[in-house]
Amino acid sequence: MPKYIPPEQPKVMQVIDIAFIVVAIFVALWLPLKLGLAGVSKAIDKIENPTWESLGQNPTMVGFWEKLGYDPTTAHDIIQNKFHYTWDITTLLVMVVVVVGYFIFLFRASDKEYREVIDEKFGDKK
Amino acid sequence: MTDAAITTSPSTVAPGQRVSLLRVLGPAHVWALGVGIVLVGEYTGWNFAVDKGGSLAALIVCWFIGLLYTSVAMIDSEVTSTVAAAGGQYAQAKHIVGPLMAFNVALYLVFAYTMLEVSDAILVGDLIVTVAGTEGLERHAFVVLTIVVLAWLNYRGVLMTLNVNFVITAIAYVAIIILFFSVQPWSQGTVLKLGDLITPENALPYGWIGVLAAFHFGIWFYLGIEGTTQAAEEVRSPARSLPYGTMAGMITLLIGAAMTWYVCASLLPWEYLGFTFFPLFDAARATGSGFLETLLFWGTVLAAVASANGCINDAARAWFSLGRDRYLPTWFSAVHPKYRTPYRSILFLLPIALAFAFIADLNQAITFSILSGLLGYTFMSINIMMFRRKWPLGSIRRGYTHPFHPMPAIALLSICVITYFAVFLGYGSQLIAMTLFYIVVSIWFHFYRYKYVRRGDQFTMPWPKPIGY
Repeated sequence: MPKYIPPEQPKVMQVIDIAFIVVAIFVALWLPLKLGLAGVSKAIDKIENPTWESLGQNPTMVGFWEKLGYDPTTAHDIIQNKFHYTWDITTLLVMVVVVVGYFIFLFRASDKEYREVIDEKFGDKK
Repeated sequence: MTDAAITTSPSTVAPGQRVSLLRVLGPAHVWALGVGIVLVGEYTGWNFAVDKGGSLAALIVCWFIGLLYTSVAMIDSEVTSTVAAAGGQYAQAKHIVGPLMAFNVALYLVFAYTMLEVSDAILVGDLIVTVAGTEGLERHAFVVLTIVVLAWLNYRGVLMTLNVNFVITAIAYVAIIILFFSVQPWSQGTVLKLGDLITPENALPYGWIGVLAAFHFGIWFYLGIEGTTQAAEEVRSPARSLPYGTMAGMITLLIGAAMTWYVCASLLPWEYLGFTFFPLFDAARATGSGFLETLLFWGTVLAAVASANGCINDAARAWFSLGRDRYLPTWFSAVHPKYRTPYRSILFLLPIALAFAFIADLNQAITFSILSGLLGYTFMSINIMMFRRKWPLGSIRRGYTHPFHPMPAIALLSICVITYFAVFLGYGSQLIAMTLFYIVVSIWFHFYRYKYVRRGDQFTMPWPKPIGY
């Protein structure tokens, strides 16, 4: 296989390439935060006039809460902020398709590029 | 400025001579790099696994994820002791799977480490603000100071950076050991109250689904140990130092994780343990000892600083490698003529880290880091199988050969699949957004950017042609 000579990239295009990557980073990481999509599926199960008993805390637990400076009112939002593990199968399938599809594309496209690398590096050599 | 080369060079450079990274590191530096990055995971982050599944779930995932990382360390030691080049897993992917995979792996590394660095800086800022207790004091100044000073340290040289890391990591680790023995772990009921704090009712508050969900943050116990491989071009004897430093680091972390869980679960109610940003510091507060409180305050700060320090080191080297191979503009591949560091990469990543330190919360930054790490571990499990198939044992010289192949790879892949599901439980949209990002940049690289990359020159190892090609 003849040696591949890559074209020289103009400086302005190099800057554009860097800008593309930076924008992509911020869109991927910042947009979910901005749209409120990032974060946990938690909710506070509210108890009116909470006491240590109603919050399910035994005397040992109460001792540690008080050492850390909490009373039942201030501890309420920590103790009652719980996960609600529900999910729908469609979302799960979307995630599976996206992740598996990504890896399939990744390995196939990589293999195509890798064969060119090996052909140029080794030619017909063993 | 010139591209880097792999040589053992003096620290001064004659005019016209190629500038290279310096081979100055030993196994202790490798240990310091790995444990330094990860130890902060004992000081914060792992406890969000308690939030997702309860204290017992956190212990279960501590063991299972420990198995995952033992597999990572074994696999990584074999491949890296054979492919000793800056960029670590990036260089592995380039030689074993292909350029697009390598491009993605480098981005996983950059994001995992940059977001971990962000998490560390947020932790330092939040802890100082909490302890100061001053009205109106905000974390931002401390966050900026942490990131900028550490970037400067990295700019000035790798040996000084990792010498600092060795010292502060050792202090932070000793702090955990002192806390552990100070609370008389052999005598439950004296200081520790595990039996009263973990009851049959609250051990697994969400049942087994909570255990699965807890895998997500269980990764934080050890995330980043694979970063030892980033120093491959700066280690005097990669075949010896990298496996030795990585495995010693993993043993250190397994012991540290077990001690951390035991002390924290025995001193803090599980709801609080899952909520706090500083579990070990709060455990020290719960003992009522001023000495332990001060010690664990400094332990937390030093662990976070050591981690951020190592992360800047690793992220910059991954970015540098992308530039050197023309996957990104070659401008990034410059090595500083005096300090011999990838200084442009260090400076380029600095504002990105600062920006996310301002817009993300701690658990969001941690999740970004975990997601990139998880994609990287998925790659590693497949990579080792391809490595053994393309170059079977005996066909090339390996610095280290890991036992029980392919069991570690299968264990790693299985635990990755479970962890994807765990991330989905609560953070699914972030996982999908991040994967879509990697799809977009992969398409950009494969169909556009790759035309600027030389083909055969990417393969630099003195190996025979791989089987099947």
